Amino acid sequence: MKAKNNNSVILFTLVISLILTIMPLPIGVDAFRPNWALLVVAYWSIALPHRVNVLFAWMIGFIIDVLLGSILGINAFATALVVYVTANNYQKIRNFSLWQQSFIIGLLAALYHLIIFWLQRFIFDVDFSVSYLKPVLTSAAIWPVVFLLLRKIRRQFRVQ
Amino acid sequence: MKPIFIDGYSSHRRMLVALLLSGVFIYCDHKLASFEVARGYLQSLVSPLQYIASTPKQIMDYASDNLVSHKQLMLDNQRLKMNVLMLYEQLLELDILKQENDRLRKLLASPLRNPLKKMVAEILAVDSDPYSHQIVINRGINDGIYEGQPVIDETGVVGQILHVGANNSRVLLITDITHAIPLRVHRNGVRVIASGTGSINQMEVNHIAHSTDIRVGDLLVTSGLGGKFPEGYPVATVSYISENPNKQFARIRVQPIVEMNRLRYLLLLWPHQTPLVESQNDKLLSSNQQTRQVADEG
Repeated sequence: MKAKNNNSVILFTLVISLILTIMPLPIGVDAFRPNWALLVVAYWSIALPHRVNVLFAWMIGFIIDVLLGSILGINAFATALVVYVTANNYQKIRNFSLWQQSFIIGLLAALYHLIIFWLQRFIFDVDFSVSYLKPVLTSAAIWPVVFLLLRKIRRQFRVQ
Repeated sequence: MKPIFIDGYSSHRRMLVALLLSGVFIYCDHKLASFEVARGYLQSLVSPLQYIASTPKQIMDYASDNLVSHKQLMLDNQRLKMNVLMLYEQLLELDILKQENDRLRKLLASPLRNPLKKMVAEILAVDSDPYSHQIVINRGINDGIYEGQPVIDETGVVGQILHVGANNSRVLLITDITHAIPLRVHRNGVRVIASGTGSINQMEVNHIAHSTDIRVGDLLVTSGLGGKFPEGYPVATVSYISENPNKQFARIRVQPIVEMNRLRYLLLLWPHQTPLVESQNDKLLSSNQQTRQVADEG
């Protein structure tokens, strides 16, 4: 049986996540915006590690850099590193229950934000503020929804 | 059937490539000025995404603009009419003052201040990146926008253009940690430089001696010294001065006049170009006279 090649589904979910990443929100909610693109890339790297690899994640991170206007390569590197972890441990992560996965995703999101902070600190000498880690909470909280939704999409369209 | 062993390059090797690529890009983007061109192209490439992402907000704005009651409109109309009347009055005064100023400047043989070319822009997106204060506006190279162009709104200076795309461009706000702007104190002309702190309602003035005559509440306006911002636009008010003589310099915090989280419409300035059309004041004045005649008749 030949595996179907539904690249467009993966790309479509990623485009949606990128739009959610830059959609204007009220300033109070904005600080809590989950890292949509990171969650979606992490899901695909866990579900299909042979399709969504580190360099693919790097490119998504690069687009985030362009969209957010940060120094090119910062988000790209952080996203690639997170996917490096998930893609290397996809078998373990798949076997965790949903809330355990949420916890792991929270940790990875924290890693993501800390890497971005360290790189920014290295370049611009910015000061740390706990509010930089606010998206970690929402990212971990929203993970079950993202996971179930994307799994449904993956099964519906038979992306393999 | 999913393969158990992943073929192709291992993820370790891919990670190494990602690390190298990131390093190269971070270095190029931070250190090489010529990289701005590439940045401009990338900015134009992703502009469809930005337009799509701002659609819901624009729909909401449109809805809230359209769904107002008749009473509200009447009230607004009345208020705006009063405002226009007051502004015309001030405009008349301003015109006389301007003529007088020009005459005095001629007498002093100093250069005349020409009216600037201006253009209105709307905000497309505000960055959710907490480390940089940038916004995206709906004007680009096709409208004649150039890098380093000053951006203001109706209250004061907002920032300057950072990257220019074809139909959109990025504005670096004055509160960004990488931005600094030459100012002078409106009261006595002391020249200072205010740099952003990364906080939305606070900037810092560095390297000012304790004896300098600056007080809390002083208005800081652009000095025009950097050559980027035209002279005389309000930027910030002094909010805090530390009186610690052990430190070499005074610590001065200033608060930007523009509310950076409530921006909607912006004005782009061309400091080195005069508008081609007749000066706006003349137009307004003539229309003002017409309205007055109408009012007199009525």
